[in-house]
Amino acid sequence: MGGLLRKIRRTGRVAEAAPPRPEPGPLPAARELGGSAQVRCIDAGSCNGCEIEIGNAFGPVYDAERYGARLVASPRHADVALVTGPVTRNMAEPLRRTVAAMPQPALVVAVGDCALDCGEFAGGYGVEGAVADVVPVDVRVPGCPPEPAAIVAALRTVTGR
Amino acid sequence: MSGVGYVAVGAQVVVVVGGAPVLGGWMRQVRARLEGRAGAGVGQPWRDVRKLLRKEAVTPVGTGPAFRLAPLLLVATTAVVAALMPLASTRTPVSGSADLILVVALLALGTVALALAGLDTGTAFGGMGASREMTIAALVEPTILLAVFAVSIPVGSTNLAAIIAGTIHHPARPASPAGLLAVAALAVAVLAEAGRIPVDNPATHLELTMVHEAMVLEYAGPDLALVELGSQMRLAVLLGLLGSLAAPWGTATGGSLPLLGLALVLLVVKTALLGTLLAAAEVFWAKVRLFKVPELLAGSFLLALLAVVASYFLTGEAVR
Repeated sequence: MGGLLRKIRRTGRVAEAAPPRPEPGPLPAARELGGSAQVRCIDAGSCNGCEIEIGNAFGPVYDAERYGARLVASPRHADVALVTGPVTRNMAEPLRRTVAAMPQPALVVAVGDCALDCGEFAGGYGVEGAVADVVPVDVRVPGCPPEPAAIVAALRTVTGR
Repeated sequence: MSGVGYVAVGAQVVVVVGGAPVLGGWMRQVRARLEGRAGAGVGQPWRDVRKLLRKEAVTPVGTGPAFRLAPLLLVATTAVVAALMPLASTRTPVSGSADLILVVALLALGTVALALAGLDTGTAFGGMGASREMTIAALVEPTILLAVFAVSIPVGSTNLAAIIAGTIHHPARPASPAGLLAVAALAVAVLAEAGRIPVDNPATHLELTMVHEAMVLEYAGPDLALVELGSQMRLAVLLGLLGSLAAPWGTATGGSLPLLGLALVLLVVKTALLGTLLAAAEVFWAKVRLFKVPELLAGSFLLALLAVVASYFLTGEAVR
């Protein structure tokens, strides 16, 4: 315990200084949320590269929680579905059901090139299509994988903080 | 006096309802700072509640009245407990009913209502969470009762107002072996009852390790706002109870308004201090395995039993 205490004192704050607030304010669809967004991650067939970056976005350095975003365990609690990967045939129906289970107003954020246009996996026999082919997408985060800072910036357009 | 008594009851409820989310936000902020993060700010739980109230309510297919009523019952029972308990003043119009057994029963009613709602959803995780919650509740309620019985023996009453007024007049009592053992037992019971680490992790995303969260997975919108507010109020009330029993100084025993104001400020300070301590401790602790939870709670039950024995043998004469 003493070792951990010393480490806490020595490390101090590792969260980077917050970049300026996104310019146009929150998206019109997200204005109702008022600075709070519960996020449900959905892996629709990703290679897990994007998941690692999402994990970092909610880690101490980028600290997406300071802008009011928080990961939750149930789509019923969620305002934002963070969808990664090309939608595989087996995940198309679960993705539709998860988005349908979210209470309105709710947004879908597609993270990564695969989620936007199937990326590396376009034309694969197990791929149903991009996320936008299955559910309506509100925010797009390009990159393979996108940087945590880009994911945080996308979430800030939802929380408006 | 009775006018001030009514003000005291109203103020207690307002402070608990309004302050519980702030306490939750404060505890998250303390944790965030110790983990090197910046934190979402003390007001975040209130922002969450405001947003949830604006969202659409969802009634899952196949759920009945148990699912509908549980959030209301949870908040209502906790609000009644906040009104009954002598948090700020021991002389209120309802302090005669502030019986320990009633307070524990009201808290248990909220727990049972939520467990029934978890079963009502018919999902695997809801039922699993409900069964775990009832296992823990069955082990925790006797400990709370026994711990407060230990501090009630010197007073000769199970009325919380009488216990706290008695402690104020005998300031050495919390430092007696019985008092220390009882507070230690109660502290563990409060952790379990409020669903904190090491018994349950309120921030978990892993369904298989959930207890309280698993029961509320199906709630959405305004219902979820009530459930979250209810569990934050429970934590605030239980920490308030612990603070009042361990350090009751400042709790108003008379009927003057300035004293009541001071008592409310001290209540907020005491509860915030306990919350800070708990949040800091949670950084160092890990959640224990579910099968180890009964061992932990049996240990706290043993402490409570020792407290009762100690208060019989060491302070028994003081009653007469």
